[in-house]
Amino acid sequence: MFVQSETQIQDGPVPVDHYGQGQNHNVRTKRKPSRVPNTDTSQRIAWIEEIFAIRDKQDQAAFARLFAHFAPRIKGFLIRSGAADDMAEECAQEVLATVWRKAALFDPSRASAATWIFTIARNRQIDMIRRARRPEPEDLPWGPDAEPDQEDVIALSQETEKLGEAIAALPEKQRELIERAYFGDLSHSEIAEQTGLPLGTIKSRIRLALDRLRHSMR
Amino acid sequence: MKDIKHHLTDQLLMGYAAGTLPEAFSLVVATHVSLCDECRARLAEYEAVGGEIMMDAGAAPMAEDALASTMALIANANPAPKQETRSTGIFPTPLRDYVGGDKDAVRWRSVGGGVKQMILSTEGEATVRLLHIPAGSAVPDHGHNGTELTLVLQGAFADHTDHFGVGDVEVANEDLDHTPVAAEGEDCICLAATDAPLKFNSFLPRIAQKFVKI
Repeated sequence: MFVQSETQIQDGPVPVDHYGQGQNHNVRTKRKPSRVPNTDTSQRIAWIEEIFAIRDKQDQAAFARLFAHFAPRIKGFLIRSGAADDMAEECAQEVLATVWRKAALFDPSRASAATWIFTIARNRQIDMIRRARRPEPEDLPWGPDAEPDQEDVIALSQETEKLGEAIAALPEKQRELIERAYFGDLSHSEIAEQTGLPLGTIKSRIRLALDRLRHSMR
Repeated sequence: MKDIKHHLTDQLLMGYAAGTLPEAFSLVVATHVSLCDECRARLAEYEAVGGEIMMDAGAAPMAEDALASTMALIANANPAPKQETRSTGIFPTPLRDYVGGDKDAVRWRSVGGGVKQMILSTEGEATVRLLHIPAGSAVPDHGHNGTELTLVLQGAFADHTDHFGVGDVEVANEDLDHTPVAAEGEDCICLAATDAPLKFNSFLPRIAQKFVKI
């Protein structure tokens, strides 16, 4: 449904390595000065298609592809955040199981697949590893026009990709501070006021999607 | 949507997106975001940053049987619970969960001067309470050792910095000494969180502070 001339989406089972397109992301453990190019938009759209295939057809092949990409990264993130290996493994599996169960709640006009999966991982981390309670904002129900606008979805994917590139391009020290904030090494009062992040475009995009949602709820 | 003028800071949104805020602050953030599309969109942006950081943090190989174990988790799990419906009272859902209902369910305790409070149970150093301030009354003049967040849920209050209506959140720190006064008309109900005890500037509230745990 999101297939456009400039985006190529493969149907059916593909080898797990398909995403790397020559670069094997999984062998990369520590950051190196020479960084791999950021995940491109067509790949981001493919993840959305996979989550929809899970939602609509309980598609296990699509799930396996999503798992192969995200589970090791979630596990790596949790270890960087201080979790022991076995706990990070267990938590990463729980996160992917939650992705399957909550696939129907995924709204790609408001969050990219990576963003959505990150929020699930963060919540499971607070729940399982920090054993704390996490108050969550009230969710906005979808209006009668439930399917998100395709243009919104593609634009959000592109903007998220740009954000990823901008983070990668930040000076090393600045990027490190932002990473430390997300790995839980900084308290809220230690988080820098000026992050150097070029924020605003995704916010405006999501603001539009929310306005539309509010409008359709009236 | 309400006309909200006072929003959360970037530090609070980033901390909440990262999942590192004390629970008391998270409750104020989640409650404000429930009322404020502007901060909901800003939060989504900080979550997008988190997603990109996670994707780039370096992969750790999963156990060989990880996919099969996860499929077993899925097969054994109960179906996802239905999304909660939106609240109809003045408390958004995250706050209702802590109170056990809307404002009728609050178990108020008097703290003197007509002001009432209910401390909500949270883990960690920071504390959070609901405050009920009669219309036209003042909360005693105080300063802050750490950060204090005050979110208006009903009525309004003003201090020398500005006027705060429903949905507005005031973020106060060491630099602010203030005497918030509830606006005339409707009693003011606020959700207030702090990560250090308040500093009262007169003797009597200091004595009272020992007993009422402000």
